[in-house]
Parts: sequence; structure tokens; C-alpha cells
Amino acid sequence: MEFFDIKLVILWTDGLLFLLTLLALFAIIYIYRNPYLRCTWREVFRSKIGISAFVVLMAYITTGLLDSFHFRMALETTANQTEKHYSGEVTSLLDIILGSLYQHQEKTYSAPFSAFQFTKENTEQPDGTFQRQYPRLEYGGSHLNEELSDKFADITHRTIVSIFWALAIWGSIAVFLTFMMARKNRDRLESELKPRFGKKLGLLVSSMAHTWRKIWTGSTDIPWNIALITTGILILSISWFAQMAEGYHIFGTDKVGNDVFYLAIKSIRTGLIVGTVTTLIMLPLAIILGIMAGYFRGWIDDVIQYLYTTLNSIPGVLLIAAAMLVLNVWIDNHPEQFPTAVERADIRLMSLCIILGLTSWIGLCRLLRGETLKLRELGYVQAAQVFGVSHVQIIKRHFLPNLMHIVLITVVLDFSFLVLAEAVLSYLGIGVDPTTASWGNMINAARLEMAREPVVWWSLIAAFVFMFGLVLAANLFSDAVRRAFDPRGIS
Amino acid sequence: MFNYILRRLAYALPILLGVNFITFALFFMVITPDDMARLHLGDKHITQEQTKQWKHERGYDRPLFINSAHQDIEVIKDTIFYQKSVRLFFLDFGTSDADRRDINYDISQRVWPSIAIAVPTFVVGLLVNITMAMLLVFFRGTQLDTMAVVMTVILMSISSLFYIIAGQFLMSKLWHLTPISGYELGFDAWRFLILPVVIGVISGMGAGTRWYRSIFFEEINRDYVRTARAKGVPELKVLFRHVLRNAMVPILTGVVVVIPALFMGSLIMETFFAIPGLGSYTIEAIQSYDFAIVRSMVFLGSVLYIIGLVLTDISYTWVDPRVRLS
Repeated sequence: MEFFDIKLVILWTDGLLFLLTLLALFAIIYIYRNPYLRCTWREVFRSKIGISAFVVLMAYITTGLLDSFHFRMALETTANQTEKHYSGEVTSLLDIILGSLYQHQEKTYSAPFSAFQFTKENTEQPDGTFQRQYPRLEYGGSHLNEELSDKFADITHRTIVSIFWALAIWGSIAVFLTFMMARKNRDRLESELKPRFGKKLGLLVSSMAHTWRKIWTGSTDIPWNIALITTGILILSISWFAQMAEGYHIFGTDKVGNDVFYLAIKSIRTGLIVGTVTTLIMLPLAIILGIMAGYFRGWIDDVIQYLYTTLNSIPGVLLIAAAMLVLNVWIDNHPEQFPTAVERADIRLMSLCIILGLTSWIGLCRLLRGETLKLRELGYVQAAQVFGVSHVQIIKRHFLPNLMHIVLITVVLDFSFLVLAEAVLSYLGIGVDPTTASWGNMINAARLEMAREPVVWWSLIAAFVFMFGLVLAANLFSDAVRRAFDPRGIS
Repeated sequence: MFNYILRRLAYALPILLGVNFITFALFFMVITPDDMARLHLGDKHITQEQTKQWKHERGYDRPLFINSAHQDIEVIKDTIFYQKSVRLFFLDFGTSDADRRDINYDISQRVWPSIAIAVPTFVVGLLVNITMAMLLVFFRGTQLDTMAVVMTVILMSISSLFYIIAGQFLMSKLWHLTPISGYELGFDAWRFLILPVVIGVISGMGAGTRWYRSIFFEEINRDYVRTARAKGVPELKVLFRHVLRNAMVPILTGVVVVIPALFMGSLIMETFFAIPGLGSYTIEAIQSYDFAIVRSMVFLGSVLYIIGLVLTDISYTWVDPRVRLS
């Protein structure tokens, strides 16, 4: 496939992430059409924490998805070449959006917003002598003058520009939202406001003003004001980062001179994939086996229980470690199947997800089995059995809808656990490939950096900020989901 | 009771067999002894003889399941499966792949530092979490409760790695209160243990407090609590006397299982603080591809887990006279 002079590359994890997005879209349509589910989900978004956590999660997910459109750029063709050649480097849409950031490579460490390298170097003076000093960076702050006297003015200027940008974008989102809500309640608003504003344009303006007041004072059903504030803060920080990243290394650079801010953003995709693709692998196992064990009982139940007790009795980290170890050896022994480094790193990420999925289905399976055991004694299930409805139909009609809330709560709860687990496993050397950008790898490197004198603290802080944001949002959102779907707190 | 334990042990056998099979399949069928030899000898230019000798020294040159070179019982006994897997059942772990040290001896040496760090972390953590949860239940519905719940979510959202790195940096590097890492045999070890224990307790506090809080909340609306209050029992006494005792069963379910596993130590803590326990032993083995040690630790871990399950059942009879084991 080729257009815009690029060659699309679909990695395994990309494919699965897209599949997952597709499934999520179907689920949204299904929920939208089902009045009962819609009502429960409304409850999730009615909570202020729930909706702001959702907005933050969406920002992370969008970044991760943008980072999953991979392609190879076309190389410039020379005159005597007819065939097109593509760069060996795999780029993602996010790289394009981030612009030159990923090419801004320095030699080694540099502090955040610094214009100088962190370590001294022998540099040649104009008079031919050598002197040990901190050299200027190639990209970070290179637009500043010799004495850096304009640094403060430059940062202030960039901040002001970013605030203007943020206000413009946020304002248009707010106007759009107000317009949509005013249109939705058009009839009611018109009958209320018509006596005062007869004219068409006046009516539109006044009904939007009316709606805006309702949104801003928080008297809408869903707390749109909270959503807007969260969006505003997000947009402001994104535009500030965007303005600053053009001229500086916001979070400094790492040992080999990569921009730490860029690495932290690239790590989002890794975290998301571990959190979601693992779920995709574990769900079918947990749902099918859990329902089968609870529904059929007897020897099927025995076999399934034996299976999960055995797996559960192996200490989780050790099982993951052993499996990763074996897979790594296998990958190393079959280099011909993974020609590029990107593909090899991707298959490692993929195998991490598979292994995490194979070890994490047990908890959900147990919950589902217990709930199925309870459900199958209920009158309507027994009635269905007496009427001769097939097992598959009974499970589809009566069990799945009644178990979905457990599945949902577990999935959302597991997400933050998995993101944290990825960091720990990468630190232990049994996680993602060392070349993959991930928060675990960043922390792993930070361990040595913290022991340096003076301390290199920025990688750790960057990984901390980005990871904390994602996990906190996921935890808060899962709280809201749990409160809406399971108010009595069974699971 | 005795019969019960015997029967549980009989149930444990197929599970251990399963574990054994999984590890065997992973380590001998996916990764063959040839792969192992190549990994350990490292070099690309290794001769057939070298791998052969490596395998012979470690006993990997036998057939997998059936040795047709022998007669009678040796057909089964002189195989990798018997020598490397079945012997695990007698807790005979053999020698390590890398330097052929006796694994049983290493474990007996390294288990003490592991216990020294894991047990205090566990006990202090348990006490702190339960007390915190009790306090939250005592102040339920107030501003303090809301703030504390938000605090637990924030604590939960921070990776344990950050606690360790930040703790080491603040306590040792900046304030010079404790050594950064290391270990000393004997009584002087406490200086090295304080920091990991404190960090271990703090990093578990968020999730733990929330978990116990939810357990207590389930009890707090029961009839017996209302009766106790109606009789005029003071609130603190209601909580620590009545609620805590009744919440014992769910608490024990989560707690007793992990007690035997404490012997295995903590992988992360021990590597960060350079404590020569079983956790760092395992990590070193993983990093140096020493499959014999990893295999032994997997098996040992499952045995301890099963012991934990049995202990859990027994502990129910201590806290709840209604539970009878039969």
C-alpha cells in the first residue's frame, strides 16, 4: 500500500490495538442503543472525578493511537533511479506531529531547559587552544544569544503564545459544546426565550448564553463544566509543551542525548498496549472458562479449577520471568522471522502481553465461575433449560449480560495494575525490549543516574509524571465505573 | 483435622505435578539443552565437543522421558525428566547450571536475609494498614475520610519503583540516615533493613488500607453492630472488638496465603537494596539464564503457595468456631 509516498507498516501490536479500538466502537454503539446500559454509563459520567479522569484517559489513548500508525517514508529518488526506495526507519504519525523533536539529538545528558551540556568537554578555542568547558547544545536553546540574556524573555514569549493558542482552541471547543447542547434543547429553550427575543439571531445567541450559564454553574446533568476545565488544563499544558519543545529540551536529555520528553511521550503507547492488549488476550479465556465451569459443573468444572489452581500456585513474577526467558531465547534463535529491530522489539512487547494475559485471567475466571453458579439456580435460567433452549443461547441471553459488569470492572481495575507491572518487569529485565521506549526502561536507567554526582533527576521525574497521570486517571475512572455498575460493592 | 491435612496434601500432588509439567515443558521442550549450552558457553565458535561436555557435566545429555539404553527401572530413572523434575518432589534441587553450586545449600544460606526483610515488612504493613483502615471507618462520612481515600488512590497510583528510588535518594544520599544498600550477617543487619522495610510498608499502604476499609465497611452495617451500638458499646470498642473479629475471615483469606511465600523474599526490594536473599538469587538466575535455579524456585514457590492454602483453611477454625474442617 502506498500513498503520500509512504509505506504503511502494521506491527502485531498495532493490529491488535486497532482491533481493540474497533471493538470499543462497537461496544459504544451497543451501549448507546441499549437504554439500560446507557443509563448506567450516564451514572459514570455524572461523577465529577469520573468525567475528568475520562478526559485525561482519552488524551493518553489518542496519543497512543497516533503513535500506532507506523510507516516508512520514501527516500528521495535520484534522477537515474526509477524504483522507489523506502527508509529503513519506521516512523509513526505521532513522530510527524512532534515534528523535529525526535531528530533533536544531543551528545549526552543535559538538564531541562538548559542550553549547555551537562558534562564538560574539550573544546577548541578560536585561538587554537583547548579548554575544558560545558559546550553549548546543538538544539536545546541554540536560538539564544551568547550570554543567554534573552532566555527569560524567550520563555515568557513562548508561554504567552501558548496561552493564546490554548485559549483559542479551548474557546472553540466550549462554543461548539454549547451550540450542540443548545441545539439539543432547542424546543424548550425557544419556548422559554421567544417572548423576549423574537429575532432568529438573537434567539440563537441568547439560547447559547443561557446554555453556557447552565454549563458553567454546573447545573447540567453531566458535569460539563468539570470536563471543560480538565480539557482546558490539558490543552494549556499541551500547547505550552509544544511551544517549549521547539526550542528547549523540556525534560532534558538522557545519556545518549535523546530528548526525555519525547521518550516519555513514546512510552505512552507501550503502557497502553500492555494495559489493553493483555486484556484482549485474557478476556476470552476468562469468560469462556469461567462460564463453562460454573454452568456445566461436574468434570468440566474440576478440570478448569485444576488448571487455574495449578497456574495460580506458581508465583506470578516467576512464571512471567520463566516464560519471558524462554521466549527471548526462542526469538534470539529465530532471527530470520524478525528482520528489523522494530519488529523484534514489537514481538517482545507482544509476547509480554500474551504472557501477562495467560497469567492474569485467573482472578476474573474465578469471579465469573462463582457468579455463574449463583445465576444458574435462578428461576428464569431453569425455565429456559426446561423449555429446551440450547446452552449457547442460554449463555448468550441470560449469562453474558448479567456478568458483563464484573468483566468491565475487572478490566478497568486491571489496567492500572498492568501499567505498573510493565515498569517493574522492564526494570527486572524481563519486560519490554531495551530499545522500546517505556517508563520501566526510563526508571531502570534513572537508577544509575540518581547515583551520579550531581544527580540526573529529570528522566525519573518525566517517567513519574507521565506514568502517574495515566495510572491515577485509570484508578479514578475505575472507581467511578465500579460505583455505577456495582453500587453495593460485590466485586 | 489430621485427616483433613492429609487429604489436602493428597490434593496438592496433582497440582504440583502440573507445575512440574509446565516448568519441564518450558525449560526442556521449548528450550532444548543444546540451546542452554550455547547460551552458557556464550561464544559463537563453540565445538560440538564443548556443548557435549557441558551437557554431560550437568546431566542434560540423557533422553527426555525414556532411556532405551537401559533395562528395568533405569529406563525411567536415567532420564532428564526423572533426574531434573521428579527429584524436585523430594526438594532435591541439584546443582546450578552456571557454576554447578549446590542449590539446596544456597537456598539454606539465602533464606535468612529474605526472612529478615520480608517478615517485618509484612507484619508492620499489616498492622499499619488495619489501623489506618479502622481509623477511616471510625471517621467515615467526614472530610478526613474523603481526603484519606483520595490519598490512598494517589499512593496506589505511584509505582513501587519510585518509592524505592526516592526513599534511597532522600534517606541515604541526602540525609545520610541509613546505608543505601547492602547487608551484614548477624544482629547488625537492622541498619540495612530499616529502609527497605519502611519503603515496603509505605508502598503497600494505599492498596492495603483501601482493601481493609472495604472489608470493614461491609461489616459495619450488619445487625450485630447496630445491636452493640444500641446496647451502648463505645464506637472504638465496636470497631476493634466486634467488627475486627467478624472481618477476620476475609482478612485471613488474603493474608495467610502469602505467609509461606515470605520465604521467597521480594524480587524488587532485594535487588534494589543488594540483600543476598532468595529474591535476588532468583533475579540473578534469570539474568544469567540459569534455568536450574529458576526451575527450583518455581517449584519451591508452588509448594509454599499450597502450604499457604492449607494454613488458610486451618486458620479459619481459629477465628470462627462455626468453621469445621472435615
